[in-house]
Amino acid sequence: MDMKDLYQDVIVDHNRNPRNFRKIAAASRTLEGFNPLCGDKLILYLKLEGERISDLSFEGSGCAISVASASLMTERLKGKTVTEAGQLFARMHGLLTREDAAVEPESLGKLAALAGVREYPSRVKCATLCWHTLKTALEHPENKTVSTE
Amino acid sequence: MSIQHDTIRKPSAVANGFDPLRWRRDFPILRQRVHGKPLVYLDNAATAQKPQMVIAAVSDYYQRFNSNVHRGVHQLSELATEAYEGARDKLRGFINAASVKEMVFVRGATEAINLVAQSYGRSRFQPGDEIILSEMEHHSNIVPWQLLREQTGAILKVIPINDAGELEPGAYEQLFTARTRLVALAHVSTALGTINPVKAMVAHAHTHGVPVLLDGAQAVPHLPVDVRALDCDFYAFSGHKMFGPTGIGVLYAKEALLRDMPPWQGGGDMIRVVRFDQTLYNDLPYKFEAGTPDIAAAIGLGAAVSYLEAVGMTAVEAYERELLAYATRCLQAVRGLRLVGTARDKAGVLSFVMEGIHPHDLGTIVDQEGVAIRTGHHCAMPVMERFRVPATARASLAFYNTREDIDALVAALEKAHEVFR
Repeated sequence: MDMKDLYQDVIVDHNRNPRNFRKIAAASRTLEGFNPLCGDKLILYLKLEGERISDLSFEGSGCAISVASASLMTERLKGKTVTEAGQLFARMHGLLTREDAAVEPESLGKLAALAGVREYPSRVKCATLCWHTLKTALEHPENKTVSTE
Repeated sequence: MSIQHDTIRKPSAVANGFDPLRWRRDFPILRQRVHGKPLVYLDNAATAQKPQMVIAAVSDYYQRFNSNVHRGVHQLSELATEAYEGARDKLRGFINAASVKEMVFVRGATEAINLVAQSYGRSRFQPGDEIILSEMEHHSNIVPWQLLREQTGAILKVIPINDAGELEPGAYEQLFTARTRLVALAHVSTALGTINPVKAMVAHAHTHGVPVLLDGAQAVPHLPVDVRALDCDFYAFSGHKMFGPTGIGVLYAKEALLRDMPPWQGGGDMIRVVRFDQTLYNDLPYKFEAGTPDIAAAIGLGAAVSYLEAVGMTAVEAYERELLAYATRCLQAVRGLRLVGTARDKAGVLSFVMEGIHPHDLGTIVDQEGVAIRTGHHCAMPVMERFRVPATARASLAFYNTREDIDALVAALEKAHEVFR
């Protein structure tokens, strides 16, 4: 297995220069995601205007996979609706965990770069951390933290 | 993953007459390839590999004399009991305990510490009594004391560590008060490799009349340990880190302490007479060994002790010291690498971080090169917090490692730089 299949240029780039890596002062939702196994930690900020995610950002520290995944996620979902975010979560989850063979990586655009983790079972949680955090933030606004364990 | 045998290896530099390749041959697992590359196993602090002799001892027990110990009058039970008790006596000799009565078989160092907390601590600690720990402890020498704190109202006091990963000089002595009841301290740190000056620390605690528990899980596989010279009151260690099987370990405790401690688990083997109105407990050390033990693992651990005695712990210590010095020089030359834990007195543990590359990514990349290291918090989250890192990568040595193994690690780290260029 070539390491470049896991660490594609998109991943390396988004790890080095994460997009939307900032705090949103007047966030509608703020949620901390934590992977106790490796210490990855991120704080997700969401600004909602009605059904629309008008702004989405994150802060924290983690491995290249988790940072790039969060960066790509915020880039993709800014301006989308809550329903669209839920649909994308389902497709990403299906892709990364192989639970849904029907999800074609190509149909996900840049996010397909994360599909390399499927060959590395111990790294799947790195890629899914931000997505689980997003899902919890949207469905359970009362929660303050979410853990992968 | 298929196992292919890697028959040809370059001879390593022979240091102090110690030839690691002579011993390495005894470890079948080290002959395989991982991802097509020769396995370089540098995760010995997590668990060590097993020599053929240990694997054979476990297998021999199951093939020839599997039966329960201390029970039957039949031939197999006598053989099993003899081998099990023989292993206990070998371990006694290995750490120079005075008597086998002081050697309690447990599942590992974790269980040994829990035993002391729940039997010794719980039966006598009062609210406000103090236990001294250090900031570099493994979670298994923190959490049992927190459980005890909840049960008894005892207080935990923590010796801080400095930037090198050594106990802050002078801090330990200042923590003693009239309420200090126990010191629980790592002999060698799992995350940093620091060797603590435990002999002097035990002597100091004894001037206050305070007993000391040493967590020796990372010491016994790498240095000669003499519990009578250390004069410690309790010494805990695990079999699997000293080239023996998992599921077995030892609590050494001074006989006078054990005699006064109540049992912590009840069941078969720990009793002499059971009546519904009253039960008489068994002699030491059986009072603390309820239920059928992991007999095969104990016998395997006995074989590991015989093996280590053949290798020689003094030679192991000297060789690993030299290999650590080589590894330290090599790693310090890697671009962007910072060692976490640079104590003057150190065992073969190299924790490090690399600028711009998360330890978790490092672990995956070097694994592709056949190099096994640990990444994460190493069961020592307070240490990570102290050094303000979320995690580290950790290479940890054993006597079967060579300079070539270190060179392979360095080459693999260079690959990581390439991936993240």
